[in-house]
Amino acid sequence: MNITKSFNRSLWAFHFNSGSCNGCEIEIVATLTPRYDPERFGIKLVGSPKHADLLLVTGPVVKKMRPRLLRVYEQIPDPKVVMCVGACGISGGPFYDSYNLDGPIDDVIPVDVYVPGCPPRPEGIIFGVVRALQKLERLQGELP
Amino acid sequence: MSPATTLLPAVAGTIAISAFGILAGLLFLGIDRKFAAHMQARIGPPIRQPFIDTMKLLRKESVVPDNAIPWLFNFAPILALASSITILLYLPIGSLMPVLGAYGDLVLIMYLLTVPALAMVAGGFASGSPYATVGAQREMVTMMAYEFPLAIAIIAIAWRLSMAGIAYPFSLATIATNPFWGVMGPLGIIGGIILLLILAWVTPAELSRVPFDSQEAETELAGGLLVEYSGRNLALFYLAQGVRTIAMAAIAVAVFLPWNISTFVAMSPALALAVDFLFFLAKVLLVVFVSVSLIRVSMARFKITQIVSVYWIWFGGLGILGLLLIVLDATFGVW
Ligand code: SF4
Repeated sequence: MNITKSFNRSLWAFHFNSGSCNGCEIEIVATLTPRYDPERFGIKLVGSPKHADLLLVTGPVVKKMRPRLLRVYEQIPDPKVVMCVGACGISGGPFYDSYNLDGPIDDVIPVDVYVPGCPPRPEGIIFGVVRALQKLERLQGELP
Repeated sequence: MSPATTLLPAVAGTIAISAFGILAGLLFLGIDRKFAAHMQARIGPPIRQPFIDTMKLLRKESVVPDNAIPWLFNFAPILALASSITILLYLPIGSLMPVLGAYGDLVLIMYLLTVPALAMVAGGFASGSPYATVGAQREMVTMMAYEFPLAIAIIAIAWRLSMAGIAYPFSLATIATNPFWGVMGPLGIIGGIILLLILAWVTPAELSRVPFDSQEAETELAGGLLVEYSGRNLALFYLAQGVRTIAMAAIAVAVFLPWNISTFVAMSPALALAVDFLFFLAKVLLVVFVSVSLIRVSMARFKITQIVSVYWIWFGGLGILGLLLIVLDATFGVW
């Protein structure tokens, strides 16, 4: 079964905010505007984790969000890709020494692609999606 | 006739119509997405995007939630697709008369139209999610709301045909071969145009598209009815959506735009069949463009209370006005 072939042209994203400052949300929404039009590559935002292939996580994972993030991650049907958007999710970003962090994201769930920036530009997010697809393809090639 | 001679064409026709319904349904969903994208000054997905989406969904895992009722949860998508295809069996496609036309008429189709929606409601309740339950309740309310104007539009046409002395006015073969515009005077034609507009506005609610998609509202209900569906089941619902789009457009075409090119221009039977089929697709495209793409791009979503008042007060009132004009036309004859 070749998963990447169908993913290449149809990737449905679910966006999860684990305590971000909302800067990354604004950039994700900007990515979906007609200016960038990711729908031409089949990328669209869906409302339910059950429909999603790609989990976009923003924010540094505050303590209260940890179990929720795990639950949403588990609800996404396989195969799935996780993308961490923003400096927060990579290292804690501006909140690195905060008392209520349980992150960063890769302490909680496995992350496939990191998009750095505070917040990253829409071009960066689109590039991240391309990298995610490339990674899937590479893993596909390494599988027996 | 022996059972074999009646059964065989029916079975063959069913298979052909199913294939046509699913393929054309996905194609028109793709065309609709392209239209919407161009209206928003975007490039938009390729027209075969729905095929790619379906292929992907079929390859994904299909999750059944713990607190769902598994058999109903898995059965609802199949029922939705099967009943949508059944509607197509009673509708004329181009100059091809309906496969099961002898067994059902317009009234049966009105009942059948509620079955896919009911299947979605059952699936929503069976998924055991509060979002899906709210979505299912909203779907039922929407169904009750649009049924009334839809019934007025269809009954008015059939009644006018019967007043013109045409036998079997509810049969789709009759409606398709006797365009009702021909039997009416100017008053009746105004009434007919009003009813046509009503049907164009009932279509998005029937297909749960914007602005009448409060049962699936991504922003507040996270997908509503379909929130727990994934993988194969979601793909089946997606296919059913496509087939329903074709079915609704085919009803509008059969009742309001029934003309065929072959009745105006003489040609060989095989050529006539092909030309009429292409003309039928063009008419479906027109209906899909106006009542799905155009309305969906130009409006925001209605609240559920607004849906009820829009359909019962505004479109209900308009429908009665249209009916009145047609009644006047029938009583006083052609002016
Ligand atoms: S990375 Fe920067 S912009 Fe994004 S959520 Fe964190 S602080 Fe906000």
